[in-house]
Amino acid sequence: MRWKWLIPTLYIVFLLLPIYWLLNMSLKTNAEILSVFSLWPENLTFDNYRVIFTDPSWYSGYINSMIYVSMNVVISVSCALPAAYAFSRYSFIGDKHLFFWLLTNRMAPPAVFALPFFQLYSSIGLFDTHIAVALAHCLFNIPLSVWILEGFMSGVPREIDETAFVDGYSWPHFFVKIFIPNIASGIGVTAFFCFMFSWVELLLARTLTAVNAKPISAIMTRTVSASGLDWGVLAAAGMLTILPGALVIWFVRNHIAKGFALGRV
Amino acid sequence: MIEKKANQKAWFMVLPVFLVVAFSAIIPLMTVVNYSVQDTFGNNQFFWVGMDWFRDLLHSERFHDAFLRQVIFSAIILTIEIPLGIAIALAMPRKGWGVPVCLITMALPLLIPWNVVGTIWQIFGRVDIGLLGHTLTALGIDYNYTQDSVAAWITIIIMDVWHWTSLVVLLCYAGLCSIPDAYYQAAKIDGASRIAVFRYIQLPKMQRVLLIAVLLRFMDSFMIYTEPFVITGGGPGNSTTFMSIDLVKMAIGQFDLGPAAAMSLIYFLVILLLCWVFFTVMSNIGEESSKGGT
Repeated sequence: MRWKWLIPTLYIVFLLLPIYWLLNMSLKTNAEILSVFSLWPENLTFDNYRVIFTDPSWYSGYINSMIYVSMNVVISVSCALPAAYAFSRYSFIGDKHLFFWLLTNRMAPPAVFALPFFQLYSSIGLFDTHIAVALAHCLFNIPLSVWILEGFMSGVPREIDETAFVDGYSWPHFFVKIFIPNIASGIGVTAFFCFMFSWVELLLARTLTAVNAKPISAIMTRTVSASGLDWGVLAAAGMLTILPGALVIWFVRNHIAKGFALGRV
Repeated sequence: MIEKKANQKAWFMVLPVFLVVAFSAIIPLMTVVNYSVQDTFGNNQFFWVGMDWFRDLLHSERFHDAFLRQVIFSAIILTIEIPLGIAIALAMPRKGWGVPVCLITMALPLLIPWNVVGTIWQIFGRVDIGLLGHTLTALGIDYNYTQDSVAAWITIIIMDVWHWTSLVVLLCYAGLCSIPDAYYQAAKIDGASRIAVFRYIQLPKMQRVLLIAVLLRFMDSFMIYTEPFVITGGGPGNSTTFMSIDLVKMAIGQFDLGPAAAMSLIYFLVILLLCWVFFTVMSNIGEESSKGGT
């Protein structure tokens, strides 16, 4: 087994090659991209990034994406916390059916919901707002949060609840003061997955926005078709969408394996 | 396990989740059901057509082709990604500096927005400016994913392997890490071969996560939309038009609400059936392991 390290190494090279190529393109001028084929930029330029940071139609996309993603994370986690507690501690009429129904929404193809969502949010005047996208993403993020949190909460011994109630804590007081600190890492993992799925989704985000709340990924598709393919800027925009993900992974790197270990993605 | 306390007040805790999800799931779904049994000539005038759209759809070539392509695609994805994911997870280091390096780089593709994944591969595969396309052409291989449907399929499959194998790896790795050292020591004392260790210790312990990996990969590949849409737009011809792409074309491109709604419902029912199987198998395994474990 001396050559065992070769397999993950090759796989990582395979993973990083396309990303390196994107980075390479983002540091070239458009003329160089189209005329010379080179493995690294010969005339290093940061102009493509400058375009993105100075043109409001580009950088507003990042701000919009960030706004609706964080709204979604807050809504999903705060709604899911009490529900996950209920599922992990009590049995009540219809609990299994409700859980299954929630799960089906995680599995529902967004393509099915694109058109009805468009009509629903238009009719209540929420079209092209951040909250519309955040609510739409709740469709798959809330079931996911309930599922992940329920796993973490079931790992907390029930004696903790009972002791606290004997000590005279009210339920909300107990929940905030004692229970939440106990599952802090679970909340972190949940927020990570909510961030991830809301950040990468495009179909619903694009359908529900026009100008004011347009996410960066939708702006990218628009530019591909409109401005005669400015490959350099496109590559730079792509690189910048990878950054937030990379940062988030760095912060939760010690918890990722645990979140996956619960197997509840 | 201790029995859970029966308490109907728990419904109040579930209520916020129920309301939010019901708002964004039940209302749109009812709209779809509504459209699927009606026809319109515009002006918001609708009339009842019953099951006609469903009958038409189930007999249409277009639907059959899209469905078949979808099933073949999911089958190919599973046969490549699952064994590859297991192999990589088995070879990953268990301790030392290699662990965070592997975890972070492998999780990276999972957090790239899906259309950026499409864009990355669109650029990477292009014959004129992409590393992959350029290299293949330089080697004398005829490769052009915008014109050749085989090349388009291969590109999308490699792209999906690039994008999602990490999920299988991370799940399997988590499963492997949960095996206590004592198992391996016992195997060593018994003189078990590498294959025997895999067959009788590692594979059974990974059973649960593997099941989740298979089902997640199956469902997500069954719903794939953004990446092939960006890379090929469903082409060349219709060769990479999968179910979701076809559906969006029908609903938003052509505004054929009736057939699109009927297709949505059939599509959703297929997924629902799979989800039910998933849920049943999962809870059975959960019960068995809790019986066996305690």
